[in-house]
Amino acid sequence: MIQVENLTKRYGRYTAINNVSFEVARGEILGFLGPNGAGKTTTMRVLAGFFPASQGRARVAGYDVFEEPLEVKRRVGYLPENPPLYTEMTVDSYLSFVARIKGVPASDLGERLEYSKERCGLPNEGTRLIKHLSKGYRQRVGLAQALIHDPEVLILDEPTIGLDPNQISEVRELIRSLGGDHTIILSTHILPEVSMTCGRVIIINEGKIVAVDTPENLTRQLSGGQRIKLEVAGRVDQLSTLLGGVNGVQTVGSLEEADGRIRVWVESAAGTEIRHLLARTLVESGFELYQIHAEGRTLEEVFKELTTKEEAAA
Amino acid sequence: MRNYLALLGKELNTLFVSPIAYTVLAVFYAVSGYFFYIILSFFVQQSSMRQMGPSPFPMDVPGLVMASYLGVLSTILLFLLPMVTMGIFAEERKRGTIELLLTSPITRLQLILGKFSAAMIFLMVMLVPAALKILLLFLYSDPAPSPSPYLVALLGVLLLGGALMAIGLFVSSLTENQIVAAAATFGIFIILWVLDASAESSTTIWNETLRYLAVLNHYEDFTKGIIDTQHLVFYLSFVCLGLFLTSLSLDSEKWRS
Repeated sequence: MIQVENLTKRYGRYTAINNVSFEVARGEILGFLGPNGAGKTTTMRVLAGFFPASQGRARVAGYDVFEEPLEVKRRVGYLPENPPLYTEMTVDSYLSFVARIKGVPASDLGERLEYSKERCGLPNEGTRLIKHLSKGYRQRVGLAQALIHDPEVLILDEPTIGLDPNQISEVRELIRSLGGDHTIILSTHILPEVSMTCGRVIIINEGKIVAVDTPENLTRQLSGGQRIKLEVAGRVDQLSTLLGGVNGVQTVGSLEEADGRIRVWVESAAGTEIRHLLARTLVESGFELYQIHAEGRTLEEVFKELTTKEEAAA
Repeated sequence: MRNYLALLGKELNTLFVSPIAYTVLAVFYAVSGYFFYIILSFFVQQSSMRQMGPSPFPMDVPGLVMASYLGVLSTILLFLLPMVTMGIFAEERKRGTIELLLTSPITRLQLILGKFSAAMIFLMVMLVPAALKILLLFLYSDPAPSPSPYLVALLGVLLLGGALMAIGLFVSSLTENQIVAAAATFGIFIILWVLDASAESSTTIWNETLRYLAVLNHYEDFTKGIIDTQHLVFYLSFVCLGLFLTSLSLDSEKWRS
């Protein structure tokens, strides 16, 4: 549904996104994750046709964004970071204006209006002025605006920003329910949001893609392996060397002694299972093994690691 | 066409709910009404003095009043039109709604024409009382003057206003700050107004050019009811230039990068 190839966008000397490529399949919900200023908004603006890229190609719904922008814009619903609202209008007049410039036929207009309002939880707000709505309701109007022309692709830039926790879960629920019918790209810097709503995540930092995967895989594989906690008893002085010598161990944490037992953690390389090796080595060397278990890392840690690593390298 | 009408409708709605529009209308109506009163009494007085003088001859009071009144109107417009155009694009940028417009399947031309037409309609609303005043003058004159000079004069005001607003539209598309847009637009208007001041009487090409570019020089004939294609072309090309520059400015994201 969306193909992005080697997309680069420069503002003067500053490179906002650098050689970004990815694909999104029909009906998929893709999360764009990255710190502020990573290039999420820039990428989304290029896809929505707000401005062209400096280099590279992007196709949305089968049309090239740069060569046939009008065809693309007909098929894309875009919610910018700040909902683009005319606050002096009522919800109904605003939504029907958007519907008309998005090319909704006059005969479908009423139906689309009702559908969008219903879907976004605004069934009774039609006659209210947008300036009298709360932040949460304005965000809903923004979403309704993106949905109004039944676009194949939805591009949502930080759709839950500034909402209270109840509203956030409502909006997430809404986005999840829209997946399948619509292909969705959403950006966020809130990590749980991605694991809750998205089928796939792109982590972007300083304009480059640093990781693409499902939230689960990212947590598992890209965390630099597993962190394994051990509780043993035996001679303290040899333990660190012994653990360090096990095949696949990358780091050994500091030892903690309590009640005659030693607690220690080790980190394994990505994608390798070493718990059985650890157990055998310890037992063969005369240690008593009381506990061994692997801890998954949260997406938050992965994200932090990926984005700070990049910074250090740059 | 549908896009254009949707944009025009929205733009008119935006204009006519803003307090700026009503302030501009009120100031324009009050000031222009006052000037009409002064000009009318002056010429009526002149005319009756002539009648009582040693060699009475008829005076075209309606024509004279119309010409001077429209002259004054043009000056008031020069001051007020920057306030009509300042927000047209600047507000869209500031509110972020420009993102909605530029990501909708509409062309730049539809967008610009929609906004410009709304501004022209606003100008017509501004001019309604002035047109009625002159109309009254014509209706009560004896012998009744032909209506064509009257219509030509109104066309002249619209052309002048249109040319000025096209420039204002361009300036508004450059910034997201309404005040900056208004100040810059006003500055440009003043320069266009006094451009021929330095071109006193000599007829070098430079001076001729300056005189040609001074916007008000092309206006006078209209106020006298004369339609001259040279002036018509001048104003229409001014409008086109302004709208073309606006379109470039909206496209500037392309070449800025």
